[in-house]
Amino acid sequence: MASHSVYKDRSFIATIGDEDTITGLLLAGTGHIDGRGKKNFLVVDSKTAVSTIESAFAEFTERQDIAIVLINQHVADQIRPLVDKYEQAFPALLEIPSKDHPYDPSKDSVLKRVKKLFGE
Amino acid sequence: MSGAGPRENVFPTRMNLTTTKTRLKGAQTGHSLLKKKSDALNKRFRTILGKIDEAKRKMGRVMQLAAFSLAEVTYATGDISYQIQESITEATFRVQTKQENVSGVILPTFEPLMSKAEGGNGGFGLTGLGRGGQQITKCRETFAKAVETLVELASLQTAFVILDEVIKMTNRRVNALEHVVIPRLENTISYINSELDEMDREEFFRLKKVQSKKKRDTAVRDAEAKEKRDAAEAAGIEEEEEHEEQEQGENLLAEKDEDVIF
Repeated sequence: MASHSVYKDRSFIATIGDEDTITGLLLAGTGHIDGRGKKNFLVVDSKTAVSTIESAFAEFTERQDIAIVLINQHVADQIRPLVDKYEQAFPALLEIPSKDHPYDPSKDSVLKRVKKLFGE
Repeated sequence: MSGAGPRENVFPTRMNLTTTKTRLKGAQTGHSLLKKKSDALNKRFRTILGKIDEAKRKMGRVMQLAAFSLAEVTYATGDISYQIQESITEATFRVQTKQENVSGVILPTFEPLMSKAEGGNGGFGLTGLGRGGQQITKCRETFAKAVETLVELASLQTAFVILDEVIKMTNRRVNALEHVVIPRLENTISYINSELDEMDREEFFRLKKVQSKKKRDTAVRDAEAKEKRDAAEAAGIEEEEEHEEQEQGENLLAEKDEDVIF
């Protein structure tokens, strides 16, 4: 069971997504750059390598100060095996739609589990 | 209650019977409690599932709206993404975690926490200074609302993941108690009972045997005594005569002895 100390320090929302999504979320104030110049967001475009996304995903899910990781669904698709394997409660992983890619509930790793539990 | 099947490795004594019975009672109480807990968690789980489904749909709508307002900004001011990415310093939109207790399970919930940054424009005071400031503010508000929805969804999802885990664990325990521990204790109890019964029967048989042997022995002794008595009665008359002669002899001897001493 996650003890209190595990999640009380977590306060940031990390984002992996396309430029527009990142811009919007930064505008809302979720962006953070710490003292060592570490960002809590990653802009993915068509030229971004999958390995970059993977390492960012691994970094965000391992950091102790991040409460929620938001990831664009089409980006999540690129690292689908990693996303499907991710089962930790902290940080919470959330797949969000992007401007160019409408949301497809059937691909969502959590919704898939929900469906499986209902036996559909 | 056949006593066959797996059972605890104990000696069949009355004390162990009592201990095992107590343990069985404990296991049954634990089982019913865990079952109740599992039911309560399941109920909660169902509500959360329903909420997640709804929240995911809401998120789709909200994000669409937000993307549209960003498009408006881009139209009004041009591309501001680079400018915004460069002016990031510290998060003004954070979350704080609170915890909620559902039948002994601590569920964390996220709550949006907005700190007012100086400049009134969320730290992007100079962005859109030339034109489109209004759109940017509107867009910022829309996205803030979207993020609030996302935070809500994230806490639901975290609760979902944790509850899922806990429910699995509870069900494992319930099943282990129901199908392994309780049958085994019942088997042990019936084993001890049967052994004790067996011992009772053995003891009863032993006592019977002892009794019958004693009876036989008494009978033999009685018979012997009777035989002796009969024989004695038969020889009774001769004995009396002999007795008188002996008495006389003895008296003589006694007088003689006194003379010797004094």
